[in-house]
Amino acid sequence: MITSRILVGLVRLLVGAHGRWLGCEPKPVQRVYFANHSSHLDTLALWAALPPLLRRRTRPVAARDYWGNGGLRGFVAEHGFRAVYIERDRERRDGDPLDPLCEALAAGDSLIIFPEGTRSPAPLPQPFKAGLYHLAQRHPQVELVAVYLDTLHRAMPKGSLLPVPLTCMVRFGRALRLAEGEHKECFLQRAHAAVVELA
Amino acid sequence: MSPQHKFWTVMGAVLALLVIASLLGWVLARRARNDGSREVVTNLNARIGAWWWMVAILCGCFLLGRVATLVLFALASFFALREFLTLTPTRRGDHLPLVLCFYLAIPLQYWLIGIDWYGLFAICIPVYGFLLLPAITALGGDTESFLERTTKIQWGLMLTVYCISYAPAVLLLHVPGYEGQNLLLLLYLLLVVQISDVLQYVFGKLFGRRKLAPSVSPSKTVEGLLGGGLSAVAVGAGLWWITPFSFWGSAGMSLIIVIAGFLGGLALSAVKRSLGAKDWGHMIEGHGGMLDRLDSVSFAAPVFFHVVRYALM
Repeated sequence: MITSRILVGLVRLLVGAHGRWLGCEPKPVQRVYFANHSSHLDTLALWAALPPLLRRRTRPVAARDYWGNGGLRGFVAEHGFRAVYIERDRERRDGDPLDPLCEALAAGDSLIIFPEGTRSPAPLPQPFKAGLYHLAQRHPQVELVAVYLDTLHRAMPKGSLLPVPLTCMVRFGRALRLAEGEHKECFLQRAHAAVVELA
Repeated sequence: MSPQHKFWTVMGAVLALLVIASLLGWVLARRARNDGSREVVTNLNARIGAWWWMVAILCGCFLLGRVATLVLFALASFFALREFLTLTPTRRGDHLPLVLCFYLAIPLQYWLIGIDWYGLFAICIPVYGFLLLPAITALGGDTESFLERTTKIQWGLMLTVYCISYAPAVLLLHVPGYEGQNLLLLLYLLLVVQISDVLQYVFGKLFGRRKLAPSVSPSKTVEGLLGGGLSAVAVGAGLWWITPFSFWGSAGMSLIIVIAGFLGGLALSAVKRSLGAKDWGHMIEGHGGMLDRLDSVSFAAPVFFHVVRYALM
């Protein structure tokens, strides 16, 4: 609780991360927030931009190879924002990599995911990976909300250690759902476009 | 009167003004009939609300003393630089120079004021920063619009760190016969700058006809500048008893502050437009960002500092 508060304060000081709700309302319904990914600050910025009530029930999905190695980062991920770890390394996976996400959703939590799978150096996102589609298929009751994070690719570009304090605005867009019989490629393109139109 | 006594006398007057302004705002809000006037009144009330906060923070600083004041202005520089650079397109190669601006230049500049090292305070950013930053950017190897990028970073650093740091730097001035009262001089500077801004806004809204520079800042009018500016000079002259100046000396100083502040607002509006924004940010409700409030301070403070230093030391 204390850790979370300090974390949110720090994020506000560094990058502002104030939310703008353009396409939906900040309501306490179960959601998967999906956003463009350009820096290690993204996870924290999106999570901090949520109102406290929603933030308490929302868990960012974090790469185990970056956030899960103990130390300060591990502490922040465990106690600060209660990360759901995802294994990016195929060698070390056992079972379905989406299982931990499904467990969190089954427990009633909302999720934050970055469907590009890795950070892109550009302001606009790369094509999305299939994870978002599979989640939508398995949990049709969950709203999928497109989010766009601006400026952060400049604040902490790939390969940099310290963030430059620049104000980031977190724009929340429309909620999507998987249409009946919608094709995977089709859905992923639609989701991608929903993020791009907020840029 | 002791310095404390003087400070609280002035603050009492400011608080009384704020109470009157808040009451007026409340009455106006109840009487606003159409959407246009309601919008103006809402903005006015947001400004008054923000004023309460700014005055409270200032009071806290004066109570806590020199270190707290320096920390406050360092934070103001930090937020102002953050706003400036958010609107400035930078590239990957600017990352290290930007990190140095935030994490080295800001603490160093305010630390130099804290330890009373005037010589280095005055040249650190304009000489060493000016030369080092482009050199470090060049090491990054990216020559794409190199001059534009370095120029914008230099501008941001000079304006938001160097120029704003001149406000608390008045604590460095050793005016004979005025020892231990420098916080009052800072209060004087801030009051005259801000009251000039407020009165120019009020006079402009009430009597504004002829626009001064419509393409740069549509809200600035000749009537606002003359009416507001001269009234601010009168207020400043009336505050001569908290300064080391005579009555007419104080009027002259206020005139300098008002002119420099006006020019600052004008020049920074032009910078803002060329970056394609209406406000610098959204930090202060009704006012826009930190720089929207400090634009006039950033021009008035260095000029005020050096004129006082030349005239009295």
